[in-house]
This record gives sequence, structure tokens and C-alpha cells, in this order.
Amino acid sequence: MKRNDYPALPQLFVWLALLVVSGIGAYLTLGTPWCVPFFFIYGILYGSCSDSRWHEFGHGTAFRTRWINDAAFQLAAFMVFREPAIWRWSHARHHTDTLIVGRDPEVLAKRPPSFRALLLNFFALQSTATAIARLISHAFARLHEEEKQFVPQIEHARVFRTARIWLLIYALVAAYSIHIHSMLPWMFIGLPTLYGAWLQFYFGITQHTGLAEDTLDHRLNSRTIYMNPIFRFVYLNMNYHTEHHMYPMVPYYKLPELHRELRHDMPTPYRSTLAAYREIIPALLRQRRDPSYFVRRNLPSAFKPGTTAAGTATPQAGSVI
Amino acid sequence: MRVAKWIDACGTDEIEVEDVLRFDHDGRTYALYRSPDDRFYATDGLCTHEQVHLADGLVMDNIIECPKHNGRFDYTTGQARGAPVCISLKTYPIRIDNGRVLIDVGTE
Repeated sequence: MKRNDYPALPQLFVWLALLVVSGIGAYLTLGTPWCVPFFFIYGILYGSCSDSRWHEFGHGTAFRTRWINDAAFQLAAFMVFREPAIWRWSHARHHTDTLIVGRDPEVLAKRPPSFRALLLNFFALQSTATAIARLISHAFARLHEEEKQFVPQIEHARVFRTARIWLLIYALVAAYSIHIHSMLPWMFIGLPTLYGAWLQFYFGITQHTGLAEDTLDHRLNSRTIYMNPIFRFVYLNMNYHTEHHMYPMVPYYKLPELHRELRHDMPTPYRSTLAAYREIIPALLRQRRDPSYFVRRNLPSAFKPGTTAAGTATPQAGSVI
Repeated sequence: MRVAKWIDACGTDEIEVEDVLRFDHDGRTYALYRSPDDRFYATDGLCTHEQVHLADGLVMDNIIECPKHNGRFDYTTGQARGAPVCISLKTYPIRIDNGRVLIDVGTE
């Protein structure tokens, strides 16, 4: 049961390299139609890849070397505009109380769902507006009442300090933008959080939306979905979301292996994101009329603990780490 | 005054190098560690954040990572080393005697 920096380190470099290359491409092709695909890719790498990376590095599972996790976490959190200390604690609560009403602070579609909020957040508009207001508030040493519930007192100073640093960075971007009389700096820092957010939202909504609330069985409140390699690169294998919730200590690159170990004890995975959306959209529509409605996942009935499809097995604790 | 109470917890070969083992005694749960330099340590068995068994966690050098929220402790000192844990772990003296790991669970 060991952890090392490989293979997460090369993948981190690939992500950052693609970000730099697409950014340079966008800059060099400014004023031509070619800048559109470059900004499209840059936006996804900045605004969507950062979401899954903020999440994974926040868990601290990708790398054995702690400072690499921490540095990458800070960078990704800035890109996705999620204050690191706040969201680290918020996410701990999310893992403790997944879809527990009144406790989970990371529910994307509370019942009854608001389609206006969902549409706005397709480009992170509502979530970022809230995040900006909170950032300013934190810079003035004030926490929202909800945040006080899950961020311990000992972390408050860290929250306030980071908020001031982030505001300083954005002030520098604004000053430079004014100086050169151009919005261009914002296209590289800040705005990609919005125009590149759609893919992370497209993925994120599949994690728990429409499933059972107030259950401790993650097989009933989380989805595992098969995705193509490009999606899995962007999403860092969080399509194996049930497995991630059951074993959050397992790094993203081991989740496919964990899925193979567990699949006989799991509900049938969705064959694609579209298959998941064929369930999610009708569920959301129905929850508008009937907030008590949810999708019931079928658990394998014949499975007995300690067995696999091949026969009896003794689970090796942590063997997939 | 603390009164020592040494309990035979396990054999030294029952804990792999850089690993952790759960030990329950008298209604309490403990975590026993074997460090990469082949020393043995003991702490309370439950994470101070949300009472999860640390024996299900991951040992890396002198760090134990909680399996639920990935909080981290230095198991050699009990010190909390990474969010979401803030409160340090209680540690216990360990003695090796004839290939057995003995833990002092004595009371104040």
C-alpha cells in the first residue's frame, strides 16, 4: 500500500503545457478566426480541468510529495475561483454528509431545482458572482454564516489572507488591462473561469443530481459513468464517482482499477454521459413538480460480501493504492 | 501521576514496514505503526476530525493519512499536520519485548 508521484506528475506537466501552448496560440492568432478554437481549448484547460484538479489535489491523493499537491491545489483553486481553505473544508463536509439535506454544502441542484440557476452556472455565472462577493467579504475578515459551520476558527486567518492575495492579483490584472486599454488580460486570467466552465459543469451535474438524499450508501447517491479518454483527462477519472466517495483515499489514476474490483457490488454504471443525462433531465423536471421524487438505483441483489464473480475472495486491504 | 499498564498488542511481524494496524483493548481503539526506519509507534485509533479508524488509512514516512477526509497526522508525535484535522492525536509509549509489541495504555 504505497503512493508515489508517478503518474500524476507527467499528467500535471501535460495539462500545464497544453495550457501554455493554447494560450500562446490564442495570443498569436488574435484578430483571426483561429483564436476562437485556441481560446476554446484554453478555456476548457483553465476553467474545467482546474475543477477536477482542485478537487484531486485538495484530497492530497495525487502525489506522495506534499508540496507538489499543495502548490498544484493553490493554482487550480485560483483558476476555478474556489477559495482553497473554504472549499477544502466544504468538500470535507460534502464527503461526510453527501446529499444529506441541510448538511452538504456542495449540492448543485437542490430540490426543487432552479433551472435558471443551472443555466447560469453552465458558464459559472451565478457561482462566480457568489464567489466574488464572498471573496471581498473574506478580504474584510468576514465569513458567511454557512461557512462558519464548516470552517474551523483556526483556519479563518488563512481564509482572509488568501482572499487578500487573490484580490491583489485581480487588481493587478485590472490595472494592466486599463493600462493597455484592452480586455485581453482578462481573457487569459479570470474570464476563462466563466467561458471554460461549461464542461466541468456538464460533468459535475452527473455526480449526484436526482439521486437519493439522506442515505449513507454512496452507491445510491453517486453515479459511475463510463467516459472516453479525453473526458477522463479533463475530469481526472471522477466519472468513477461512486468509487471515489467510497474510497476517497484512492488517487484518481487508480480509480479504474478500483472500479474493476468493486463493480460486482455496484449498480450498473452508465454507458455515457448522455445516458446519465437521459435520467437526470427527466428527474429534474419531475422534481420541479414533486420535490420528493428521486432516482432509485438498483443494487446487485445476489452479491454476498467477500465474493467476486469468479468465486470467494479475501479482499486485500488497500491493494489498489 | 500516570500509572503504566503494558499490554501485549501484537507481534512485530504483524505490522509491515510503513504500515498501520488497529488494536482494540478495553473499549478503546488504538493505531500501531511501523515506520520506514523500523521503529514502532502508537496513537489513538480514531481520527480527531470525525472519528474514522486510522488503521484504514495510509502511512507515508512518518505521516498517517485518514481514509475518509485525507487529514494527516505525524504519528511519531501525534501532531495534526494537514486539514481537515486540527486536533492532535494522543500518543502512547511502545516497547518491543521478545518480538512482541507492547503498548502502555496506563491512565493518569
